[in-house]
Amino acid sequence: MIIEFLELFVNAGFWAATVRIACPLLLATLGELICERAGVLNLGIEGIMTAGAMVGWTAVYLGADLSLGIIFAALIGGIFGLIHAGFTVHLGASQHVTGIGITLLAASISYFAFRLILPTSTTPPKIKAFEQIEILYLSDIPFLGPIFFQQTIFTYLAFLAVPIVIWFLNRSPFGLAVKMAGENPMALEAQGINVLRIRTIAVMIGSALMAVGGAYLTMSAFNAFYFGMINGRGWIAVALVIFAAWKPERAILGALLFAGLDAYQVRAQQLAGAVIPYQFFLMLPYVLSIAAMVFAAKSTRYPKALLIPFRRGERH
Amino acid sequence: MHSLLEVESISKSFGDLAANNDISFSVSEGEIVAVLGENGAGKTTLMNIIFGHYLPDSGSIKFKGEKIPVGNTRAAINLGIGMVHQHFTLAENLSVLENIAIGNQSLLGFSIDFKQIEHRITKISGEFGLSVDPRAIVSDLSIGEKQRVEIIKTLFGDCELVILDEPTASLTPQEVDQLFLTIRSMVKAGLGVIIISHKLDEILRISDRIIVLRNGKLTGSMDKANFDKSSLAEMIVGKKIERPEKNKGKKAEKLMELIGLNISSNIGSPMGLSDINFELFGGEIHGIAGVSGNGQRAFAEVMAGHMRPDLGDLLINGKRVKKFTPRAFMDEGVAYIPEDRTSDGVVGELSILDNGVLTETKNPKIANRFGFLNKKSSTKFVGEICEENDVRFQSLNQPTRLLSGGNIQKLLIGRWLKRNPEIIIACQPTRGLDEGAIVSVQKLLLEERDKGKAVLFITEDLDELLLVSDVISIMFDGKLMGPYDYDKLEKREIGLMMTGSGIL
Repeated sequence: MIIEFLELFVNAGFWAATVRIACPLLLATLGELICERAGVLNLGIEGIMTAGAMVGWTAVYLGADLSLGIIFAALIGGIFGLIHAGFTVHLGASQHVTGIGITLLAASISYFAFRLILPTSTTPPKIKAFEQIEILYLSDIPFLGPIFFQQTIFTYLAFLAVPIVIWFLNRSPFGLAVKMAGENPMALEAQGINVLRIRTIAVMIGSALMAVGGAYLTMSAFNAFYFGMINGRGWIAVALVIFAAWKPERAILGALLFAGLDAYQVRAQQLAGAVIPYQFFLMLPYVLSIAAMVFAAKSTRYPKALLIPFRRGERH
Repeated sequence: MHSLLEVESISKSFGDLAANNDISFSVSEGEIVAVLGENGAGKTTLMNIIFGHYLPDSGSIKFKGEKIPVGNTRAAINLGIGMVHQHFTLAENLSVLENIAIGNQSLLGFSIDFKQIEHRITKISGEFGLSVDPRAIVSDLSIGEKQRVEIIKTLFGDCELVILDEPTASLTPQEVDQLFLTIRSMVKAGLGVIIISHKLDEILRISDRIIVLRNGKLTGSMDKANFDKSSLAEMIVGKKIERPEKNKGKKAEKLMELIGLNISSNIGSPMGLSDINFELFGGEIHGIAGVSGNGQRAFAEVMAGHMRPDLGDLLINGKRVKKFTPRAFMDEGVAYIPEDRTSDGVVGELSILDNGVLTETKNPKIANRFGFLNKKSSTKFVGEICEENDVRFQSLNQPTRLLSGGNIQKLLIGRWLKRNPEIIIACQPTRGLDEGAIVSVQKLLLEERDKGKAVLFITEDLDELLLVSDVISIMFDGKLMGPYDYDKLEKREIGLMMTGSGIL
């Protein structure tokens, strides 16, 4: 029995699934990370992912190109990001309350719009989604080939987002301004840079990434949209940001870890479902994530101005 | 000398308060102009107007003969006006390089040329004596180093006028000397410098000209040739200040003792304490010198019962304390004036009345046995506190946060004195107060000492330390050096020990 549990780890299918499951988490985590580096917690993430999933799928269902679907998803994410920033950055409202409001609003609107477009269908229709492409020669490498070189373009894009975000935060002037807005907005203000504008744009970029993460689910994984499909992935991403210590290079680790646990539990359920109740395996990734978080979050430097609204001309 | 900056009849009000009222002055190239005044005199407001943070209600500013747009920070920076803020505007978790790079880049650029920036930092460091490691993370730097980063950041943009807002507030004497060397090399290079301060001695040393603000008005101006300390002091306060006379207390018996005290660093106190042995005697003020962040906070909190030591004993009147709670220590006659009075001392949103009885909920005269407060006796109680300690207020029902820092401090101290404590733990009790309030707080503590009470007096200000204390210990890196009699120590020596470079 134990041997069978261990054997799962040398199964290429398990690892390929891990990479797949990690993608939406990775995109969402990077999005949340950018928001939080700018000093804004974005709990709208769960709803924004739902909206992204819905809009991306619908665009393709109504005949748009797949790449256009991603762009539409990013746009709707940016719009919800703008709403979130309007309340939290410009009006200084509570980031927690606004975020949860955005989640409720974005998710409900998405389901509503989905029902309007497809009033009668009971089984969600599928779209022709991104297909796996096999990279010449590389995909033939035993074991590693199917894991890394037989994925969809969307998967490659998700992983490509990591170096781009690393470059953005560490090398680009705008990324530096974003980090500074989350650390000490007064430092930006003292340089004559508009803190509110930087934060707003950062929240919009981050939200666009979240929405694209949601779109991955409908355009590269399930190929259909249905209710409750985000299923807490947004909240996991919020936790993964802490696990990643607000560093994009560590986000990839967190996303893969959680995805691995998730992929494992599905397979472990099939193996031992008769002996151990399946709920135990469902719980596993969450319990282990919490354990990893406790361990990882102990000594992190969080953005100093996270959750603190900035008002111009006020004495600090 | 060419005129650099001309400020012409600037006025600015916040609500009913006229923070600046018709102020005019000028700065020339290569000149150091000091702006003196108490807290709230309008110094920082004036500088924020010059730098474009605030929009003035009226008046104009000329830079090199040309009118500049007001209320526009970016324009001020581009023209060559730089400001080093009193509270550092640095991002703690980022590197020195990143902090300096941000203001000198187009935000839409593709990538930052960190190499070139580092090169320029090294050049400025060398030219003005501002040594700092460009790759260090800001939170790892000392206060003095952080300030150097701020100055480099300002000089980086080729500025011609540098405004320094309270630059010496938390520096050691050695760091002040170094800063003054930097300032001199800046004016030698032709820059104009405005320095804001309320420390008269330092200002007399460095500046070419002094202007004085009081209650938002320009009350005087003086050239180097005519500098006169006592008349300047009067200009600042508007009346004569009588500082307490130095006299030694009468040492009585030992009231508190710490033996082998250790605290590991934790979130509440990043700096722990190691092997502290300490005695506090009645009739004596024991001063603790040190740059803040060297363990003073943990030290004070242990002595006030707010924190339990990991190791070691604390004795009050010879008895070993087992229960480390604020209430237990209060019952033993310990009073605690916390470092941050607005967050740890009073509840700003509550009224003066409520704050005045906050610690008296077990006092049978104030609260009955069911825990209800007696309005009449509380009003009388708080009224007495305010009267005995000269707390000035409009109404006992006004929110306490509306009081000035000095009045909050006097309320806080007065509340403790009502309990007739034997031991007073005073943590930076005069920080951020103006000259008049500083003197009243010092006098209050001296009076208590003369009544035979033991006073622990933690401060960063060496002049004050030497004026008030009978014995002095120095805290550095969680360790305590001393005690020394106040007259056995030179200011310089204390300064060296505060930075860990003193040999003893």
